[in-house]
Amino acid sequence: MSNSATIEIEENEVGTSLWKDAFYRLKKNRFARYGAYFLLFECVVFLLAPVIAPYGFEVQNLENTLAPPSFPHWFGTDSLGRDLFTRVLYGGRISMAVGVLASLVSVIVGVVYGAISGFIGGRTDNAMMRIVDILYALPFIFLVIILMVYFGRNIFLLFIALGLTQWLTMARIVRGQVISLKHKEFIEAAHSMGISETSIILKHLIPNSIGPVIVYLTLTVPSVILEEAFLSFLGLGVQAPMASWGTLISDGVSVMEIAPGVLFFPAVSLALSLFSLNFLGDGLRDALDPKGARD
Amino acid sequence: MGFRYLLRRLALMVPVFFLVVTVIFFMIRFAPGGPFSSDRNVSPEIMRNLEAKYHMDEPLMQQYFRYLNDLIHLDLGPSFKHANRTVNEIIGEALPVSMELGFYSLVWALVIGISAGMFAALKPNTLFDYIPMSISILGICLPTFVIGPAMILVFSLWLGWLPVAGWDSWQDRILPSLTLGFAYAAYISRLTRGGFMEIRSQDFIRTARAKGLSEGKILVKHALRGGILPVVSYLGPALAGIITGALVTESIFAIPGLGRFFVESATNRDYTVVMGTSLLYFTLIFVCNLLVDILYVVLDPRVKYE
Repeated sequence: MSNSATIEIEENEVGTSLWKDAFYRLKKNRFARYGAYFLLFECVVFLLAPVIAPYGFEVQNLENTLAPPSFPHWFGTDSLGRDLFTRVLYGGRISMAVGVLASLVSVIVGVVYGAISGFIGGRTDNAMMRIVDILYALPFIFLVIILMVYFGRNIFLLFIALGLTQWLTMARIVRGQVISLKHKEFIEAAHSMGISETSIILKHLIPNSIGPVIVYLTLTVPSVILEEAFLSFLGLGVQAPMASWGTLISDGVSVMEIAPGVLFFPAVSLALSLFSLNFLGDGLRDALDPKGARD
Repeated sequence: MGFRYLLRRLALMVPVFFLVVTVIFFMIRFAPGGPFSSDRNVSPEIMRNLEAKYHMDEPLMQQYFRYLNDLIHLDLGPSFKHANRTVNEIIGEALPVSMELGFYSLVWALVIGISAGMFAALKPNTLFDYIPMSISILGICLPTFVIGPAMILVFSLWLGWLPVAGWDSWQDRILPSLTLGFAYAAYISRLTRGGFMEIRSQDFIRTARAKGLSEGKILVKHALRGGILPVVSYLGPALAGIITGALVTESIFAIPGLGRFFVESATNRDYTVVMGTSLLYFTLIFVCNLLVDILYVVLDPRVKYE
């Protein structure tokens, strides 16, 4: 009697899916929520940059250099009299674009590599993971620097190179997921019901391992943005007419004694974006992967 | 830990090192431009002499094997841009500077990080916890090249306490090493806090408390060893990060270290210096990782490598 009752309740109840549950948990995390709002705001502003920006980002005005923040120039002007607000907007566009695209490169490479390794298993898996171990010990940023110096500071090369420095952890995560899922009962059940291999991968393996991938993606974006800024700061990243936050900060450092604002505004924009991404990433990890490791 | 594991790790280093040498060598050589392409109006005869002097007139494969052969004899060749200086000499001068900077940064990171983390763990959810942990978020999110200039601005230009740049007196050491160590101090403080919070709830700590040990003694005698394990496993990435971070710190503070030579030689195509410095970086990071793994086993007997 009580048995049939519980079954009835379960049938009538709309089960909360993994995603709904995760979304609910994410909404409750205050920092993650603010981070998400800020990022959303940034995305809108960056996309509308050509409309919002009051000046052209290359328009110089040598009679009004290093001006302090004022009404016509919200963030002041830089050493060539260019409007800093406009430049921070366009710089953010580049920084964000590099961050997101490079992270996507790393996700694609990492997921494919990890999934193949985990799915095939055995010796292949062993060999593939040994390679990852070895690559882990190598400081890729030096290779990226050499690559950038010798093969032109091309922005596409930049995000592919940066993406390739980040895929190792992703490969490990995906491999672990695939291996742990492979032997789960529901996969066996799917096999026994005669569902095809492709269908199992598409309907069961991928949806169930995508959570950690999204979490790690969110945490990769800020580290790529940071790496790009690092390269640009050394003068090896984005090239002159274009600017990223890294180049703006580097410009700011050279005039910080006279006009600290030129350093302050790009630095704060960069820091706020990194904060938001990290908070959102941590929040997503708690929401999607409640049992996952935390530092 | 097995002695054999150590041997295998060291043996693995040889092919990896060889691979790195090969990749960098050909990457540099296949790129357009050369070390002499920026010199203006060099007559063809002088160019030929220059190329002959550096064996650039030989076929590429021959140059490659020549380089490998020199490398085995620990000779990194002459610099292309610094006249009459060998790469060995340049590294001999620059490496101690960078090592000193890295050492001080690591000391800052460990001292500040571990003490802040322990404070926070002793009094969780009080101001002793919140204040250092909020500062540490700043440290994690702000890159070195923002923290460094900000510190110069405050401590050198506004307050006038410390020199802006250079590497002569002891005062010159403070700002660069703090700048470089800050981010790691921030991360280490969070790891320490986490490690101690976990270990404090364990049975052997309760036993120690039950037999009447003071909190301070429990901390030093029992909790410390297990509590800093997360920090030890982070030391590998931290050392690698400090070595890379030195590139920027050295350029901000005008320090004549390895990082500056690396960036400079990469931009002006000083082939041998690029090769020499990057190989040194790879070796350093590989060795650091190995040392950290060994340290980990020494501290935690439960860990075994096969």
